[in-house]
Amino acid sequence: MIPPLAFLLLAVLLFGLGVLAFFVKKDLLTQFMAVEIMLNAGNLAFLALAKAFGRAEGQALVLFVITVAAAEAVIGLAIIVLVFRQRRSIRTDELKDLKG
Amino acid sequence: MADAFWLIPLIPGASALVLLLFGSRMSRRGVSWQGPLAVLASFILSIAGFVRLAQAGPGASGLAKTLLPWIASGSFVTNFAFAFDRLSAVMALVVTGVGLLIHAYSVGYMAEDKAYARYFAFLNLFTFFMLVLVMASDIVLMFVGWEGVGLCSYLLIGFWFDRPAAAKAGMKAFLVNRVGDAAFIIGLLFLLVTVGSSSFATINAAPAAGLIGPGLATLIAILLFVGATGKSAQIPLYVWLPDAMEGPTPVSALIHAATMVTAGVYMVSRLSGLFAASPAASAVVAWTGGLTAVYAATIALVQTDIKRVLAYSTISQIGYMFLGCGVGAYAAGMFHLVTHAFFKSLLFLAAGSVIHALGGEQDMRRMGGLKKHLPVTFPVFLVGALAIAGVPFLSGFFSKDTILAMDFAGHHYVLYGLGLAGAILTAFYMFRLVYLTFYGDPRLPETHAPIHESPRTMTVPLVILAVFSALAGFVGLPVLLGEKANLFERFFKGAFGQEVHHLAASTEALLILAATLAALAGIYLAFVFYRRSPGLPARSAARFPRLYRLLVGKYYVDEAYNAVIVRPLIRGAGEVYTHFDLKVVDGALNGSAAAARGAGKALNILQSGLLRDYALAFLLGVIIFLGVLLL
Repeated sequence: MIPPLAFLLLAVLLFGLGVLAFFVKKDLLTQFMAVEIMLNAGNLAFLALAKAFGRAEGQALVLFVITVAAAEAVIGLAIIVLVFRQRRSIRTDELKDLKG
Repeated sequence: MADAFWLIPLIPGASALVLLLFGSRMSRRGVSWQGPLAVLASFILSIAGFVRLAQAGPGASGLAKTLLPWIASGSFVTNFAFAFDRLSAVMALVVTGVGLLIHAYSVGYMAEDKAYARYFAFLNLFTFFMLVLVMASDIVLMFVGWEGVGLCSYLLIGFWFDRPAAAKAGMKAFLVNRVGDAAFIIGLLFLLVTVGSSSFATINAAPAAGLIGPGLATLIAILLFVGATGKSAQIPLYVWLPDAMEGPTPVSALIHAATMVTAGVYMVSRLSGLFAASPAASAVVAWTGGLTAVYAATIALVQTDIKRVLAYSTISQIGYMFLGCGVGAYAAGMFHLVTHAFFKSLLFLAAGSVIHALGGEQDMRRMGGLKKHLPVTFPVFLVGALAIAGVPFLSGFFSKDTILAMDFAGHHYVLYGLGLAGAILTAFYMFRLVYLTFYGDPRLPETHAPIHESPRTMTVPLVILAVFSALAGFVGLPVLLGEKANLFERFFKGAFGQEVHHLAASTEALLILAATLAALAGIYLAFVFYRRSPGLPARSAARFPRLYRLLVGKYYVDEAYNAVIVRPLIRGAGEVYTHFDLKVVDGALNGSAAAARGAGKALNILQSGLLRDYALAFLLGVIIFLGVLLL
């Protein structure tokens, strides 16, 4: 049996990768995927803790997160497509018009 | 019906409200009926209340009604409460009676005016406030009426506000009254703090009960009287009244002759207990009145505007009322107030009829010979002039004689002399007015439109007022004719703080003779000057050029006030504007705007528009947050 700590460590690793990817990459689509990885790292942590404490709330929450993430993915991708159509680019260091 | 006396002020008030809100959409006919009818209703109720009081016999208390609670702060309580006692009854009858006639007259006089509904709305509003003033059962509510009539006076003086002179005159009246009212408020606060109650009964009883010491009574009474000199146009605050003649003539008759300007006399009579307790304050009242009576009469001698002569005459006559009140003859002062309301409103309305007939001409130098053109106006004007001059058996004769007799009885011989001198001057300037206006050769330009007598709605009130001016004196016959002759004074028996002493019959007869001779002498002099030898006025003016210029210049009081008070104030205000308003006030406003803009500029650097910068800030925030949470 794999100890819950291992799952938690994996979750932390995944989250760190997501953060790193978000800062290193410069195109919106990849940064979006990094966010997804961070989300799923959170999911994994939920599940690990649910298992460790033998309670179902964690698992239920994960279902919610997956649902919301699906909706978020739809909207996020749609925005990215529209930004690309407008600007012919999704590089975030070129998208800096929103400022005073 | 007398129990509904509290409706007396409220009916004109409600009518004013309707006219203010809907007047512009009402027909002229509707307005012409509603305005006077509201006052008529109040007049009928006043008569009912008066009859109730008269039947109750002397000494009986009046009617009282509390409408609403108003201020209740600790032990101090003031309500919206009306009282209808003897003094209120007489005042309410004058206000509604004379007011009704003037409302009716206005229907004719103002017929051509564009703002017909506004005029009647203000006139009704004035009636409302004036009735609140005279029927309030405590001094705080009276002050509401006091300020309200001042407001209406301002609104009606400046009724033709597109004429700069009228707008300026309204402002002047308002500002001069503010000066007096400031003193009045200080006196009022002293009074409330000392006595702890605002009701007239408590205040009048306070000196006797030891609540107010003599020094404080003098201070309070004089402060309140300063307010009265503003409202009632006495020295030194009389300067607004002559200018107030810019308003429509019926307004001059109602507000600036018959009712509002006599509010000061009413106030002094109402607080007779307080004034009687302070001989010093009473002396101030009497001397101010006496000096004003003569002073204003001398200015009236040389005025050429028909309404201004009457305005100075009003100032002078109110001086007589204070002359009566100041020597403790409150009933006599009130009696002169009533008769003056009749004959002075008559004179004003008749002068209005003359002005109306001449299409707006007010300068007596361009009148003359109007006797045959104005078959109604001339005789009623003559009645008014005879009454104010104090010719025997007309109302002014009895009331002025009563005041002078009381001065004599109280051993105030100098004041008596002033009153007598004023009487000669009064007769002189009134008949100068009559001769210049109605006798002699017409001095109108040939091109002037034909002169026509005024319509019926104007002449009927004139005739009614003439009847009262002639006969009203008989309610106050000299005591010479028996203890019961003076109905007016008997009606007020016990109502005032001071009982008056009476003279021996022979002395009184002599005084009456002296007053009669004074009146006749004045009239004769006017006859000599303006009828028999018309060159005499010009020759006299040439002989005493300094005196003449002083009088024509109205003693240069306006100029002095301008130099000493008005111009320094305006200059000071200008300095405050350039140095304080522009620099400090505007500077603070502009400075705070600049500070906000600078802060925005500075913080703008943080908003780069780059996603990564925001994410970094977010990450740092989370790390700091977690760090704080864990450590």
